[in-house]
Amino acid sequence: MCLAVPTRVESLDSATATAIVELDGIRKEVSTQLLDDVAIGDYVLVHVGFALERIDTEEAEKTLALFAELRAMDAET
Amino acid sequence: MKYIDEFRDRETAQTFAELIHAETRSDRTYRLMEFCGGHTHAIFRFGIVDLMPDNLQFVHGPGCPVCVLPAGRIEATIKLAEEHDVILCTYADLMRVPTGKRDSLHKAKARGADIRMIYSPTDALAIAKNNPESQVVFFAIGFETTTPPTAAVLNIAQAIELKNFSVYCNHVLTPPAMAHILSSGEAKIDGILGPSHVSTIIGSDAYKSCCKQYNMPLVIAGFEPLDVIQSTLMLVRQINEGRAEVENQYTRLVTSSGNKKAQALMNEVFELRPQFEWRGLGQLPESALRINNSYSDFDAEKRFEMQEITSSDIKGCICPAVLSGLSNPDACALFGTACTPEDPKGACMVSSEGACAAYYAYGRHR
Repeated sequence: MCLAVPTRVESLDSATATAIVELDGIRKEVSTQLLDDVAIGDYVLVHVGFALERIDTEEAEKTLALFAELRAMDAET
Repeated sequence: MKYIDEFRDRETAQTFAELIHAETRSDRTYRLMEFCGGHTHAIFRFGIVDLMPDNLQFVHGPGCPVCVLPAGRIEATIKLAEEHDVILCTYADLMRVPTGKRDSLHKAKARGADIRMIYSPTDALAIAKNNPESQVVFFAIGFETTTPPTAAVLNIAQAIELKNFSVYCNHVLTPPAMAHILSSGEAKIDGILGPSHVSTIIGSDAYKSCCKQYNMPLVIAGFEPLDVIQSTLMLVRQINEGRAEVENQYTRLVTSSGNKKAQALMNEVFELRPQFEWRGLGQLPESALRINNSYSDFDAEKRFEMQEITSSDIKGCICPAVLSGLSNPDACALFGTACTPEDPKGACMVSSEGACAAYYAYGRHR
């Protein structure tokens, strides 16, 4: 029930507080009513037709860098 | 798919698994409750459970809104759909949940009730706009992840003075259920994998008082397999070091204070119910939301004078024990024989994220 998908914002309609988001070639209109200042190119988490939150791409990269570091350490041992 | 595939890398999972094996102590067990059905599903779907040492067990929690909804609320909804001739909109997950009398929304639809599956609450709003002569009721369920969208459509309905739309609110809250499970202590858990998207809304600080009171380590974990396995390692480390902190693995989507705009919208529309019945956990104080007075025109419970219905679960079903972390699905006599995803007897088998459905789908019954 709480599952949600990360999607990329392709276009915005501020009059209706909606956005067209894209995931793997699939496009869908979602509401941006729960977020301020959404921008085209942002990655947002979509759940039941609403953008719930922006993905903090810097934090995502930090987590992925940690994964890479771990793999490198593992390869050395 | 960006932000999905990178968090499913097999090699990294293996590395984390090796660390977990190396760091778990052989003189103790690690019982970790994953609160959310989404985590239960990930643990089995991606085979994480098979990568763990024998003394590390995942205990399945009550974080599946379909599973914890008492059958009486479904019976009340069927009654509403059949007696008031409304268009009833609901998420697909609820359609096949059996009541004590073995009825369901699906069967009511087959009998002729106008029950429609929707993807988003905005679909229910559109149906109301397009059918001004009919009363449209949205049967709303879900934890804090799903609540702000319901609040958003109620907010719109009031702004546009939509007269034929109302909501049957069954939204429940995570921290009170977590506190209930920890206060009883029966599940004997050593740490909690904390909710992903509930935490996106409410923030990691929401668990602090509960974890402090019960001295319980908690790591907020994303739903992808590497999120789950990294969080498991973080919990093992907390337990080994005797720490009981709220840590956040899911930093790309969870902050300490959550989505304030969504919280403000929820506060504008909803208020706490003094108590609410959870299937499996019983009556829990201040554990659910209802529509507040300023939005009462949109409250289906008031508009249609809906009555509380007490309903018993199907005999032999051990969903209550499964939801409290006391039993695993395969301990149930009905599991995989009388109760299957095609013909479910209990809610934990109906919902795709229920623990019984996860055990069945990924072959744990063989």
